[in-house]
Amino acid sequence: MKIVIMGCGRVGARLASSLDIDGHQVTILDTDSYSFRRLPAAFGGSALVGNGLDGEVLKGAGVEESDVFVALTQGDNRNIMACQIARQIFNVPRVVCRIYDPLRQELYGTLGVESISSTIVMADLFKEKLEG
Amino acid sequence: MYIIVVGGGRVGYYLTRALLAEGHEVLIIEKEARVFQGITDELGSVCLRGDGCEVATLIDAGTDRADMLIAVTGDDDDNLVACQVAKHRFKVPRTIARISNPQNEVLFKKLGVDVTVSATNIILENIETEVSTHPLTHLLMLGDRGLEIVDVKISPESTTIGKSVETLSLPSGSVLSLIIRRDNKPFVPGTNTVIQAGDQIIAVTPPESEESLRIALRGS
Repeated sequence: MKIVIMGCGRVGARLASSLDIDGHQVTILDTDSYSFRRLPAAFGGSALVGNGLDGEVLKGAGVEESDVFVALTQGDNRNIMACQIARQIFNVPRVVCRIYDPLRQELYGTLGVESISSTIVMADLFKEKLEG
Repeated sequence: MYIIVVGGGRVGYYLTRALLAEGHEVLIIEKEARVFQGITDELGSVCLRGDGCEVATLIDAGTDRADMLIAVTGDDDDNLVACQVAKHRFKVPRTIARISNPQNEVLFKKLGVDVTVSATNIILENIETEVSTHPLTHLLMLGDRGLEIVDVKISPESTTIGKSVETLSLPSGSVLSLIIRRDNKPFVPGTNTVIQAGDQIIAVTPPESEESLRIALRGS
């Protein structure tokens, strides 16, 4: 699959690297080139500096031909907006984003934006661990 | 009307003052403590501290009875989300977003934001109007219809001077609505109307035909 990831933080870099190892064609975007230090030396995908909220940048990252777009920046709203651009403007078949705020996640679920709330996932994992 | 303004920066502050002066009930939502305090000190209790994109804050703000929500933070993504949450969760009848990147206009409309205001575009349009050498000026975008109203000025060098309207090869979908001639006398052009130097032509056109309309009216 052709995958574009926005945000090269810890999660973004790790996801990019493991998808790359599985043989997918990965492009990762970040506004700060320093973030790319998190990618392993063996990373075979492309790393691009740019703002994923800008249509021109997304085009440059090949979003039009991609199968999946993933938004993993620190900002819920940035992730939500980028995913909607990828879906509505560039017709990417599948878009997934991280939304920290559970209430916002619920709303965007009803609006057709697929997302994972790390807040809910982490809280549930901790609870499970503590309660055995 | 009950109007909620998201973002208490300069735009939000002056907007709120103007809306209050018009007699509306206004509430500003502002995240930062310092800005919140400044507004409260100056305007009284019209400011709620919180994140205007959060459902919880918007519940406190009584968004379900708001007639309008205007998002004017400096970030396009925050403005988009505030408007979408207001529209879809609270059924606010009218949402308005400030945008910085003019490209976002199309996206925001598609995603249910009723009105977008782009400072970038407004400044550009003003430059076009002020710089009289610019042959074609945008007057109004009829967003939902995919049409715009433009103003084309016929300069003395235009090769269409002396030609009648019926001989011009206007692009399909473009209509000449009005000609403003010497002494500012406007009239509706007919097929026999002859183009003169100094004419100011008001036309309705699809944006994609803008360039061919300009060429048809002024010559290349």
